Amino acid sequence: MTVPIQCRPDEVFVLNLGPQHPATHGVLRVKLTMDGEYIVKAEPVLGYIHRMHEKMAEAGSFAQFMPNTARMDYLHALAYNHGYVLAVERAAGIEVPERAEYIRVITVELNRLSSHLLWWAAFLLDLGGFTPLLYAFDDRERILDLLERITGSRLTYCYFRFGGVYNDIDDEFVAGTRDFIKRLRSRLPRMYHDLVTHNIILIKRLKDIGFITPEQCRKYGATGPVARGSGINYDVRKNEPYSVYPEFDFDVPVYTECDSMARYMVRMDEIEQSLRIIEQALDKLPDGPVRAKKVPKILKPAAGDYYAAVEAARGAFGCRLVCDGGKSAYRLKLRSPTFSNLSLFGEVAEGMLLADALAFMGSLDLVIPEIDR
Amino acid sequence: MDTSIWRPIIYLVCFMAFAGLNAAYLGWCERKGAGRIQRRTGPMEVGFHGLLQPLADGLKLMSKQLLVPEGVDHILFRIAPILAMIPALTSMVVIPFSGNIQGRAVELSVLMLFALASIGMIAILIGGWASANKYAVISAARSVSQNLAYEIPMLLTVITIVMITGSMNLQDIAMDQQGGFWHWNIFRFDKSVFMPVSFLIFFICSVAETNRAPFDMAEAESELIAGFMTEYGSMGFGLFMMGEYLNIVVGACLTTILFLGGWSCPFGLFPGVWWFLIKIYILIFTFIWVRWTYPRTQIYKLLNLSWKILIPFSMVNLLVTAAFIKVF
Amino acid sequence: MSAYWNDMFGGAKSLAIGLSITAREFFKPVITMQYPWEVPEIPERYRGHIELVKNEKTGKPKCICCGMCMRSCPSGCISLVGKKPEGEKKKVLTKYELDFTKCSLCGSCIESCNFGAIQFSRDYNLASTRKEDYVFDLLKRLEEQG
Repeated sequence: MTVPIQCRPDEVFVLNLGPQHPATHGVLRVKLTMDGEYIVKAEPVLGYIHRMHEKMAEAGSFAQFMPNTARMDYLHALAYNHGYVLAVERAAGIEVPERAEYIRVITVELNRLSSHLLWWAAFLLDLGGFTPLLYAFDDRERILDLLERITGSRLTYCYFRFGGVYNDIDDEFVAGTRDFIKRLRSRLPRMYHDLVTHNIILIKRLKDIGFITPEQCRKYGATGPVARGSGINYDVRKNEPYSVYPEFDFDVPVYTECDSMARYMVRMDEIEQSLRIIEQALDKLPDGPVRAKKVPKILKPAAGDYYAAVEAARGAFGCRLVCDGGKSAYRLKLRSPTFSNLSLFGEVAEGMLLADALAFMGSLDLVIPEIDR
Repeated sequence: MDTSIWRPIIYLVCFMAFAGLNAAYLGWCERKGAGRIQRRTGPMEVGFHGLLQPLADGLKLMSKQLLVPEGVDHILFRIAPILAMIPALTSMVVIPFSGNIQGRAVELSVLMLFALASIGMIAILIGGWASANKYAVISAARSVSQNLAYEIPMLLTVITIVMITGSMNLQDIAMDQQGGFWHWNIFRFDKSVFMPVSFLIFFICSVAETNRAPFDMAEAESELIAGFMTEYGSMGFGLFMMGEYLNIVVGACLTTILFLGGWSCPFGLFPGVWWFLIKIYILIFTFIWVRWTYPRTQIYKLLNLSWKILIPFSMVNLLVTAAFIKVF
Repeated sequence: MSAYWNDMFGGAKSLAIGLSITAREFFKPVITMQYPWEVPEIPERYRGHIELVKNEKTGKPKCICCGMCMRSCPSGCISLVGKKPEGEKKKVLTKYELDFTKCSLCGSCIESCNFGAIQFSRDYNLASTRKEDYVFDLLKRLEEQG
């Protein structure tokens, strides 16, 4: 609910939704000028966790940058692995064997599931429902256990390599994943939708909150569920296909209501679509090597400008690589989806109540280390 | 028989002990209950299944330094936690636990209980305002508007009960419902068709009055850190928490006496204080259950609920009861 | 007007369903693991810090001191020193230190080693109060293991 606010200069005060706050997911500072409970002006202040990843790419070789990709958006680390690896493979002209492509898709989609489950849990925590966190983490633990069996890590995966993946998956992983898909499908209607999505309190809390018009989305370059909740049908997996995604049959959920409830439903539908993709990938998994044969240990791609985009859980992650023929990148530019999504906050939050603004921020799915890189 | 001086003293000691044990162990119950709902164990380490946890928490709170930030109103800052405890403790005096266990039989006990509840509301306001913290002020303002809005349907429902019984004495109201559960006010369809609805309204209002989720704007943990309690450390915070739990106990006691027959057995067999205790603990468990299931409501939707739904319903209920009493 | 009633009854029903779900979960067993009384099972490929691999025949580490791991580490946490003793053809490892405070468990060192001389260990229980405890002397660890 937003009301046009007439700023009474003597009645406003500045509230710092400071770097330390339970509801801003990471170190985000928002300077709120408030009139009672209404926000007059909101100004996000970034940079508290800037770690100079793009500079680090220029300092080491291409392979040495791999762990950095996982540390940016630690919730969907494999997608960031994927984006960087795609860019370098396009630069160096490396071909990836089919089995590796399928394994990449399976693990990326599993990671997307775990990211969406954590988003759901944290969003509800912001709104005051403490129990669904534990229910979502029950499922998320199983995904993390599955991925730990093959990659060795639970959160910041450094699994992809140029030309494939680090090591192969085994039958136990395939059986475990199928069990997990069945389990999550059986839990979704009751524990996720009946308990939360259809709950009248949640519906009242999210409906008609945080309107983002499609024009605003285009103006700020918002992508991912934020744009798809406003009616813009853009998914990098369908519009700029990469890897083996064209072989799978899945839908891209698009809702036109433009409010927080639409973004919520987009992500819940994406969970179901990811389950479909994983099932199809497991069925079609071919045999073969998981790494391309002749990948030089020290990569020296030809000089040029290369770009790769992938669909991360938060939007379109882009990786622009400028090579000059040497063994490290001349310039690596990482396009972070949450940065564009957060830029909407300043404009949309004007006139909102504080609690509504926090619900809106939760529906944007922010991960601050990804913004600051 | 000169028991007249000992009786109040014994009752005083017993009620203080009951209140103290409840304030401490309701926290344990809540953590265990929350844990089980979330499929984890609650506290397990301190004592068997964490039974000594409240003791450890109390010791910790008492050993911390009571920080008084600069710029607060010194007197009000220190009074607020005490003011939060006083109404709940004082209300225990008039609650009849059984036919002959009652601190003081006061003719207007219902009125007294609601007057004391308003003092509790003032305590939150003072606590929030006296801390020199913007978050606390916002939370105190929210809490006052919420408590005000929810007292009205509560009082309207209580007027219905008082009309049925004809007395404001809690003892009389409970005595009127002795017998099996068909005598209880919640099932008294000959006095009004909407009695269960008014029970529900009263229950929702008591959840809102005690600032429990889903109506816990005042201490909305994720938005305003700890609301009006942000600047309180050690025992100041401890007193606010204890006051909240005691308010829950008093609310449950009031609901039991007004609607669920006080100390009567559901089948009219062995009335006594144990039935009273069973009923209030079932109600308290429902408070805990509701807290850990739902997300928080929005402040204006919360007020909407009160002004647009609960008040019209309770007024309709009042009119219907009056009509029934006149006609039948 | 009908929206008012729909909201109320539909809402009340959704609230009741929510309560029934949590009530059912109340009676199910816990899903948490009571650490440290119950310890998790560490999978085979778990990435703990690296450790040296022993050559089964000679009992010495397989490492030939080429320094590839040191060069491929993005964080520069490995430092190794090898010395060629009198009359021998190959270098012998005299010091292999891992500064775990900088390690990001990427696995570049293990991949770059052509001789299989290092592998991931399965140590996860590494709490300490001093930073010095995290500079691992891997030769000493190998001797203590063997």
